[in-house]
Order: sequence, then structure tokens, then C-alpha cells
Amino acid sequence: MIERRPWLTLFSHCILILGIIAVALPIWVALVASTHPAEAFKQGVIPLWFGDQGWITWKKVLFSAAGNGVDVPVWLMMINSLVMALAIALGKIAISILSAYAIVFFRFPLRMLCFWIIFMTLMLPVEVRIVPTYKVVADLSLLNSYTGLALPLIASATATFLFRQCFLTIPGELVEAARIDGAGPWRFFKDILLPLSRTNIAALFVILFIYGWNQYLWPLLITTDDHYYTLVMSIKRMVSVAEGDIAWNSIMATTILAMLPPVLVVVGMQKLFVKGLVDTEK
Amino acid sequence: MTVTFPQRPLPWLLLLPQLLVTAIFFLWPAGQAVKQAFYQEDAFGLSSEFVGLENFSHLLHDPLYYASIGTTLFFSFAVAFVGIALALLLAVMADRVMRGQIIYKTLLIWPYAVAPALAGVLWWVMFDPSTGPIAVWLKSMGINWNHFLNGNQAMTLVVIAATWKQISYNFLFFLAGLQAIPRSLIEAAAIDGASPFKRFWTVVFPLLSPTTFFLLVVNLVYAFFDTFGIIDATTSGGPGQSTKILVYKVYDDGFIGLDLGSSSAQSVILMMIVGVMTVIQFRYIERKVQY
Repeated sequence: MIERRPWLTLFSHCILILGIIAVALPIWVALVASTHPAEAFKQGVIPLWFGDQGWITWKKVLFSAAGNGVDVPVWLMMINSLVMALAIALGKIAISILSAYAIVFFRFPLRMLCFWIIFMTLMLPVEVRIVPTYKVVADLSLLNSYTGLALPLIASATATFLFRQCFLTIPGELVEAARIDGAGPWRFFKDILLPLSRTNIAALFVILFIYGWNQYLWPLLITTDDHYYTLVMSIKRMVSVAEGDIAWNSIMATTILAMLPPVLVVVGMQKLFVKGLVDTEK
Repeated sequence: MTVTFPQRPLPWLLLLPQLLVTAIFFLWPAGQAVKQAFYQEDAFGLSSEFVGLENFSHLLHDPLYYASIGTTLFFSFAVAFVGIALALLLAVMADRVMRGQIIYKTLLIWPYAVAPALAGVLWWVMFDPSTGPIAVWLKSMGINWNHFLNGNQAMTLVVIAATWKQISYNFLFFLAGLQAIPRSLIEAAAIDGASPFKRFWTVVFPLLSPTTFFLLVVNLVYAFFDTFGIIDATTSGGPGQSTKILVYKVYDDGFIGLDLGSSSAQSVILMMIVGVMTVIQFRYIERKVQY
């Protein structure tokens, strides 16, 4: 604080509180909407205070069927989402750390070419090459499978870059010392590199978990079987039924459940999340 | 120069998984997209014929394509501008207050974790013409809100949803940028008699300009490519063409309209745009190191 200006400080607090309210408003409305029976929406405006149907809606959505044409319960889609998010996050970290290790600590022909090939994936988001990627996955008969959900999204230039940056800061003396002590490449990787990159891995994991959980277009395209639906994409199937028949209460409950895990991760692991966010943008 | 290990086959083994995935799911499909862009397939996908640049010239003479470019530019700059302005305001306020900063931060950053499609659906409900609380409130103010019919209103809606999700990201980077500004500079300006308002525009804002530029690029990339879910889960590009951004058009023409040639040509153009934006992002980062 440079000078005392109580009014300005009060003003700051007001703006911040307004911002928080504006940001939280849709969640509030969604929560309230999920506690009213579906018919409430046909009569007029969504009520602004909780109704008494919350328990029934949430139980139905979580355990019997999400409704609106999606016949599987939310818990099953939650498991699907979790499998996909974990597979993407762990898979990306595993293959990126290995390739960064190869690029930084070995010299071999075509090293830079490999680096550029990996770099190119930065320029090719799924949304841009959607039709041919779908074809490849269909030809490999990976539609409606966990492998098909996760594998095509696993290659990541960002993670490779991050690990490369981190490895480049490791002093050469450390490598020399390890080699003099008789450590081979595997030993060095396991006992020195992995422990040194622990916080980087954790930060990256937080970001990639959110990325994987929030995948939308890809699961939407390659899953036609309800049992492989992920939570985020199921929303699209749910809002696609005819306008009059939409049960908004179950959609709102599903939406809240779908955003809950990544939001909890962000709030609970805030430090790692911020670190991951800043690191991956370098 | 780092010290290295001498082994020969090992690095290839280490690189193999990533190179395989990249080749199968990135380079091969991208190559297919480029190839497909020069072919015209019949409606049943039975035969295809080499047509050279015809798909491209078709696109470049298509008013709908230009409309989509216009929509994308308007959408992206609106999202970037509104998101950056609001986030800057909140970050400056959060930087000022001593008490409760962590709580404010926590309560402002969580929308980052919400999937774009879900953000879209949430705001869709808020603005639903007959039941949404905001739409009803607007109606009582004399504004007839109906995003099913009014293209501008549909656009406003997707901009709000996309911005809502992105503010938290911008906020974090601005807050970090503000906290990195040396206190002594601001103190010196204060001693010289500059008011907080003047200090912001003459000292703080210019020092933040690298962050602002960085966020501008990131926000544009976000609005270009990551907002597919918002559009798809809410307006589906409508009403008419009013919210059909380029990424959505690729999908719409390819998967719904089954015009693979045109869709692939659009993919190729988009890949070039991503390429340019990636290069800008990297060039800028090099400059930041000097700064």
C-alpha cells in the first residue's frame, strides 16, 4: 500500500465482489434450477430460490439415467471421463518426458528433425483436422473404445517443450558425476531426472487433467454407444432432444456434476495449477 | 552444452512412442487433409476426382466463407477485448486490496476449469427467451431477447459465455504481471504527486504491455480454436450463419454437409492460420526474454 485511500479500497472490494457474483451467477441459477421439477420451466421464469425436488433429480441423474435420451447414469460417464482424463494426462506426461530426455541428453542423427516433427503437433489442433483423424481412428477400429478416446490426444508438443526447458537447466556436472559413479542412462533417468522434475510433473498433470476431462468434440464424434459417453459431451446429446421435452433440471444437475471434478482440482491445487498454467505457456 | 550419453539405439526407443502417435494421429491425417483439399468426392464417397485448386477457388468465391471469416474475427476480437479489459480491472483491484486477496483469487479463477460446452449451456439457460432470468429481466427493461431469431443476440450470448470462461486465465496473468512491477516505481510516481488513476495509465499499464500483448495472442487463439464446444452446444452456428465461426464451419461442412473437399480446404487454411499464430507467439516469447 502506497497511501491510505479508504474510499478507493472500498471501491476495489466492491468491484471484486461484483466480479465474483457475476462469475458465480450461472452456477447459482443452475443449482437452483436442478432443485425444481421439470414442469416448472414450462410455466415461466426459472425460480431464483431452491425448490424441494433437488434430492430426487440428483439421485435420478447420478444413479439411474441422466435423461433426455442418455440412458446411462452420470456415475458411469464420470468413470469414462475419469479414465479418459487420466489416460490423456498420464500418457502425455510419459511419452513427453521420454522424448524430452532423448532430445536433451543424447546426440543422434536427425535429432532436430524429430524435434520439429513434435513441434508441428502444436499447429494441428483436433478441431482443424477433424475429418481425416476420424477416418484414421475408424480404420483402426478404435471407435467406441477407451483407446480411441485417449490415444489420438496423447501426443503433445507443449509437455515435451516444458520438460526440455526443465532438463536444459540441469547442470552438466550432475550428468558427469552420475556417469563417473557408473550410472547408466536408465539409472540417471530414474534416480536423478524424475525426482528433479517432480513438481513440474505435478503441475503439468493438473493442467492436462483439466484438458482431458473437458474434451468435447473428439468424444462426441467417436462415441455412439452410451456406455462410452463422457460427461462433458453427454450434455450435447441431452440438449439435442426436441425443445419442448428438455428436462432442464436434470441437464443442470449433470452440468454441475460435469464441472465439479476439474473445478475442485483447480481450487484444491491452486499453486500447482498456476505453476502449470504459467509453465505451459512458455 | 549439456553432457550426453553415448548410446545409439536408446534415444530412438525413447522417442518412438511420441513419434508413432504423432505420425499416426497428427501427420497422417494432416497429410490426408491436404491431399483431400485437392480432390472432389461425390456425395456417396464412392469416387473422388483430382480437381486441383478448385476447392480453394470455390471457397474464395463463396460469400458464406467470407461471412464466416468476418464472424470469426468479430467473435475473437470481442472475446479478447472484453475478456482482457474486465480481467485487467479485476486484477488491478485485487492487487490493491490487502485483505482477502487469496479468497478473491480463488473465487475468480475456477471458471477456467469449466469445459467450453458447459459454459455455453449455462449461459444458454440464463438467457433462454421464455424462462431465463436475464432474458426475462431484459424483457422487463424493454429489450426483446430471443437468440433463436436474432443473430446479434446469439453472437452476444456466445461472446459472454466464451469471455466468462477466459477471464480467470487473463486475471491470473495480469495479477502476476502487476505483482512483478517494482514497488519503488509506483512509490516514486506517488511522491511526485500522481494520482492512482494517473499512475495506472502512465506507469503500470505501459509496464504491463508485454503481458497484454501475450494475452491478446492467447485469447485470439482460444477464441479461434477452443470455442467449438460453446458454439456446438448452444447455437450450432445459427440462427442462419450468424455464429458460424471457421472451426465450426469445417466440422459442419465435413460431418453434416459431407462436402469433404471444401472441408479439407478449410482445414488447410486453418492450419496455416494456426501456424502463423504459433510463430507470433514464439517470436514474442523470445522478446520477452530480453525484456
